[in-house]
Amino acid sequence: MGKFSKKGGKADPEVSTASLPDIIFMLLFFFMVTTVMRTSELMVSVSVPEATELTKLEKKSLVNYIYIGRPMERYESEFGTAPRIQLGNKFGTDKDIPLFLEAHRAKVSERERGLIYSSIRADGEVTMGIVSDIKTALRKAGQLKINYSARARAKDL
Amino acid sequence: MLNKKSSKDRLKSEINAGSMADIAFLLLIFFLVTTTIDVDKGISIKLPPWSEDDVQAETLKLKTRNVFSVLVNANNQMLVRGELADVANVRERAKEFIANPSKRDDLSESPRSAIISLKNDRGTNYKTYLMVYNELKAAYSELWDDKAQAKFGKPYGDDLTDAQKKQVRDEIPFILSEAEPTAFGEE
Repeated sequence: MGKFSKKGGKADPEVSTASLPDIIFMLLFFFMVTTVMRTSELMVSVSVPEATELTKLEKKSLVNYIYIGRPMERYESEFGTAPRIQLGNKFGTDKDIPLFLEAHRAKVSERERGLIYSSIRADGEVTMGIVSDIKTALRKAGQLKINYSARARAKDL
Repeated sequence: MLNKKSSKDRLKSEINAGSMADIAFLLLIFFLVTTTIDVDKGISIKLPPWSEDDVQAETLKLKTRNVFSVLVNANNQMLVRGELADVANVRERAKEFIANPSKRDDLSESPRSAIISLKNDRGTNYKTYLMVYNELKAAYSELWDDKAQAKFGKPYGDDLTDAQKKQVRDEIPFILSEAEPTAFGEE
């Protein structure tokens, strides 16, 4: 009998929220570790094609990105609608590639320079002309490791 | 008396940790917004070094049976060894050409002497080009898989040591030569 009468005294014990910050911090650290900062704003529209034979680029610091695509709407008045090259965060041409590569190379430690990849993120609808120009420029600059950026394709052809 | 009691209270009081969660939430949302999750994946290739004289390539004479020529034109049509072809069966044809299991005399003498030649127009769609390239690369990786399975009982991949991988690649080297594109059909 005595046991039951105690019930009234211990009314609504609250759930402790003391561990809530810890949970949130855990989530925060997870996102901090697994994600990468957006380094440059995309000024051309790029939708990369699909492929199956993909390799993953391991170290982001050893990769430089060359974007190819049509300028976004807000740049159309200035740069037209024909496919353009974006190097870093500005528009460029294939003649700017050696300087762009050199600027990236300077940031990489000397013994890792041989591992630098150039990632070509080209829109599927651009023509090979502009891509070939870039390939030629890369070859002339001695940057031979390249990666055609692509999404994974689930289904067979 | 009253004064003393309140100072004692102040000593006991702790920093309120209630807002900690809010601060952490704010940081969390910041990272969620500013970061990209897309992983960098793609077809990795190695370009040939640049040489000023293209004559060198011209002088190299190859037997016709050892060359698997693939042409993709500005209308995204494909010509494989001189006849119209479809992307869907390039992989099988390339595999047959490289391995030549039935020892036909119009296919490559051995995987080591097989050369795939890829040529496109400047007007070729990048998507089409990459699709064809992907198929040719897939043909090689399937052959490597078969070879590795036969030699080491494992598929070609991270299960093999670097030396074993090299051994497989030495037997079936990836030789893909890309010609300068013809200036045709560019917008």
